[in-house]
Amino acid sequence: MNAAAKPSKLIKGATGDWEIVIGMEIHAQVTSQSKLFSGASTEFGGDPNDHVSLVDAAMPGMLPVINEECIKQAVRTGLGLKAQINLRSTFDRKNYFYPDLPQGYQISQFKSPIVGEGVVIVDVTPTEQITVGVERLHLEQDAGKSLHDQSPTDSFVDLNRSGVALMEIVSKPDMHSADEAKAYVSKLRTILRYLGTCDGNMEQGSLRADVNVSVRRPGEPLGTRCEIKNVNSIRFIGQAIEVEARRQIGIIEDGGKIDQETRLFDPGRGETRSMRSKEEAHDYRYFPDPDLLPLEFDQTFVDDLARGLPELPDEKKARFMRDYGLPAYDAGVLVMERASADFYEEIAKGRDAKAAANWVINELFGRLNKEGLDITASPVSAAQLGAIVDLIGEGTISGKIAKDLFEIVWMERGADPRALVEERGMKQVTDTGAIEAAVDEIIAANPDKVEQAKAKPTMLGWFVGQVMKQTGGKANPQSVNDLLKRKLGI
Amino acid sequence: MTDVTRLTLAEARDALQSKKLSATELTQAHLSAIEKARALNAYIVETPDQALAMAKASDEKLAKGQGGPLEGIPLGIKDLYATKGVHTQSCSHILDGFKPAYESTVTSQLWRDGAVMLGKLNMDEFAMGSSNETSYYGPVASPWLPKGRDGAWARQQLAGDKKGLLVPGGSSGGSAAAVAAHLCLGATASDTGGSIRQPAAFTGTVGIKPTYGRCSRWGMVAFASSLDQAGPIARTVRDCAIMLRSMAGHDPKDATSIDAPVPNYEESLGRSIKGKKIGIPKEYRVEGMSAEIEKLWSDGIAFLKAAGAEIVDISLPHTKTALPAYYIVAPAEASSNLARYDGVRYGLRVPGKDISDMYEKTRRAGFGSEVRRRIMIGTYVLSAGYYDAYYVRAQKIRTLIKRDFELAYAQGIDAILTPATPSAAFGIGEKGSADPVEMYLNDVFTVTVNMAGLPGIAVPAGLSADGLPLGLQLIGRPFDEETLFSIAGVIEEAAGRTVLPQAWW
Amino acid sequence: MSVDQATVRRIAHLARIAVSDEEVPHLQNELNAMLAFVEELSAVDVEGVEPMTSVIPMKMVWRKDAVTDHAGASTVVGNAPVSEDHFFTVPKVVE
Repeated sequence: MNAAAKPSKLIKGATGDWEIVIGMEIHAQVTSQSKLFSGASTEFGGDPNDHVSLVDAAMPGMLPVINEECIKQAVRTGLGLKAQINLRSTFDRKNYFYPDLPQGYQISQFKSPIVGEGVVIVDVTPTEQITVGVERLHLEQDAGKSLHDQSPTDSFVDLNRSGVALMEIVSKPDMHSADEAKAYVSKLRTILRYLGTCDGNMEQGSLRADVNVSVRRPGEPLGTRCEIKNVNSIRFIGQAIEVEARRQIGIIEDGGKIDQETRLFDPGRGETRSMRSKEEAHDYRYFPDPDLLPLEFDQTFVDDLARGLPELPDEKKARFMRDYGLPAYDAGVLVMERASADFYEEIAKGRDAKAAANWVINELFGRLNKEGLDITASPVSAAQLGAIVDLIGEGTISGKIAKDLFEIVWMERGADPRALVEERGMKQVTDTGAIEAAVDEIIAANPDKVEQAKAKPTMLGWFVGQVMKQTGGKANPQSVNDLLKRKLGI
Repeated sequence: MTDVTRLTLAEARDALQSKKLSATELTQAHLSAIEKARALNAYIVETPDQALAMAKASDEKLAKGQGGPLEGIPLGIKDLYATKGVHTQSCSHILDGFKPAYESTVTSQLWRDGAVMLGKLNMDEFAMGSSNETSYYGPVASPWLPKGRDGAWARQQLAGDKKGLLVPGGSSGGSAAAVAAHLCLGATASDTGGSIRQPAAFTGTVGIKPTYGRCSRWGMVAFASSLDQAGPIARTVRDCAIMLRSMAGHDPKDATSIDAPVPNYEESLGRSIKGKKIGIPKEYRVEGMSAEIEKLWSDGIAFLKAAGAEIVDISLPHTKTALPAYYIVAPAEASSNLARYDGVRYGLRVPGKDISDMYEKTRRAGFGSEVRRRIMIGTYVLSAGYYDAYYVRAQKIRTLIKRDFELAYAQGIDAILTPATPSAAFGIGEKGSADPVEMYLNDVFTVTVNMAGLPGIAVPAGLSADGLPLGLQLIGRPFDEETLFSIAGVIEEAAGRTVLPQAWW
Repeated sequence: MSVDQATVRRIAHLARIAVSDEEVPHLQNELNAMLAFVEELSAVDVEGVEPMTSVIPMKMVWRKDAVTDHAGASTVVGNAPVSEDHFFTVPKVVE
């Protein structure tokens, strides 16, 4: 059963508090070379109707034959969701007419899905974790694409997507806020990308969400839900939930009732609207597809796939916390993408792991975000950033200089940080004599400040700043501190 | 040689191999016969250019001694087999103008083995029918004449609405008529509820529906996927055995096709059936069975006994449920299989004011009344609230029907002997116009076999009081078509080969 | 069970087959004749019986994941009653 929301999740209406209940159906495109039931390419894009086999175009007499890799990908995903893997599942036909559905039915798994119940652990904030139940995962065919805005009288149909394998992952109604829903999708995406079973590209439609939203008074039974179809970004998922919940609360508080219907989120107007064309009473007439036998495999098949799975984000996070002593938040950020985690580990091995985490999260991720770059396209390699961390650790450069050095390495791709430090004289001054001279000079020039510092030791910071300025930031801050303390007698 | 179209397929093959006959000569003879028989309406498309080109290629191969098992043999192809670049419409208007860019697996195997395509054969629309009267291209006249009618009268009828002439059965009516009228040496057919065996029985020809999964369904226009199966109609048991060997075999493009070697079926002919246990199911002795069918059946029993087979009375208690259950399962699958005919990607399109209107007008105009009726009943039995009561129940009954057969085979039964049809051929326009169910009863003996996925063969075994052919059916164990050929061969020999009508058309 | 005229119209629409007013009573009779014919099945004891899923016991064959099929857009739309620039075209669909 779905748990009740915490009081902090409730939202205020005109007549009191409301609780939002959210469930999601995620359609994730299976990563495979060819389609679920045909040998046509799954490559994104392409000329219209070019990635289409005679099977996808539903030519008379064509028959589906299942792609082994799609089965494996679904099982891997099920394992990644800690879910029940069903050794026997069946394919059903979902019958309806639509121009981008060439067969007049979609082959799906209605009655017996390949994957049953599972769970996703979701970090909503650094301190708040929720568990979202997975109801089921099943394999099905994608539809083609209809273009409605090319002509005033016609719609254009392209079947390139027709027959591409999708995994529909159905959650339980375990989410109670837009943030929870967004965090769930984000986490699911992370897991799929780790597994390599879906590329998670929401812009290209590889990951799409149907969001079921209802509202209720705390403690009351579930309200009538509306399904918001095909939301294609995490940000829009959040916005859609918020406006839809507000809409429903408004209707109920005005004495109205919610109609169960399919709605569309319009990000431009920031509203959801009813999809009239989908309102017609559906009767999908599901029945087992007689062209396909039941899908059966044994536990050995599952076990073999389980052995081949990579370390998943939850396990990786736990290991980072345990082995590298990272706080949960930092570990969580690092494991969001498998490539980032790998990048981090390459730096952290044999170095100060915490310092490495700070550098990766604060400097590198910050800079990558600013430039809109992916970790795999980072101008600074793990080896280079590792060298910078080394230079700080061994006292060759100061933290401040390190930031300058990072900038240079970023701009001048491929440069060796250690060589740069030499060439450009960025080395930290550890020569006590030179530092002492600078300290003496500052003390001599500021007798009043010296007096003040004796009464108020926090003045020390001002002296440190002056010495660093004098030495062009290259003085070892620890040596400066020690010397100043001794000379000022504090 | 006088008329080479009178040869059996096996005889023609031997003559070709021994170069007593050329493929071109044989093909040309058939093309001429087809041309003269156009009024029968067995062929809806003739492909003489292709036929002669294929024959020429066969002659070259035969000259080099490289011929395949069917090298140079002219065949007719039922219109539901996709033939590359050639009209393929399952005799429906909705596939108007459709020429596939692909060749069905079954026909491509026939061409691989050297066969020659004469043209496409008439059939009931989407194989839905038992008389070939639902074809968009009109009914086929059987070469057999009603009692007391002569050629002059019949020719007059042919020129008119064909009323009073006999149906060749269906849905493979064009196939059966073409074989019986010597318009090909053999024909491809297909059987969903009896569509090979019933027309074979009506025309004095032999037809086998192999075990489900024996032939690939790839490239056959689907009617009911879990029941459809390809098979041949030919003039002798041996000819069917020769054709089936080429048609059968595993196809990686059909997930329901079996990966098992194809035996040389011809070798099973002439094998002794001594000691074979033949089951006689009491449930097939239906109420009101005519005396001539009763006699046919007991003659069949006598033939097999005489050949040393052991006759065993058996019971298949769910027999009676098969036909009604079939009329749930088959239309349900058809309603879904035929959803692809929507006027978008191929075939007929009737413009409409919006997409839904276009669909509805196209499908109204494109499907004939029998097909529309079956789509509607199929849609109904799958719809919310009725699915369990109709479809699921029918599939459970199917399990029971299959179990009946399994129990019989577990007792050691090798094959089951039944009549193929409840009567001889009837007249065009005579049945089913008031009540569709009247027509459905034609399949009462054959449909059980499809429901259980078993092989069944219809073999001529005698004539009715009106001088029309009657057939017996043998039902075999799964994938044991060989035993069926052996036993059918015994019946064929004992009954004497049916003398087919002389050309009156 | 039997169908009324409203059901006939609903089924026809679900199946996307136009029916005229005159046809409805006729279709109703035909469908009811078929339903009467299958009615006897309700008397069969199917308690504990599994519905048939595959008439011949065999394992479903799996395909290797490889791009083996490329019909080409001109072939795909080659039989289309109407097409434009390798797209199928249909009367405008309003969402």
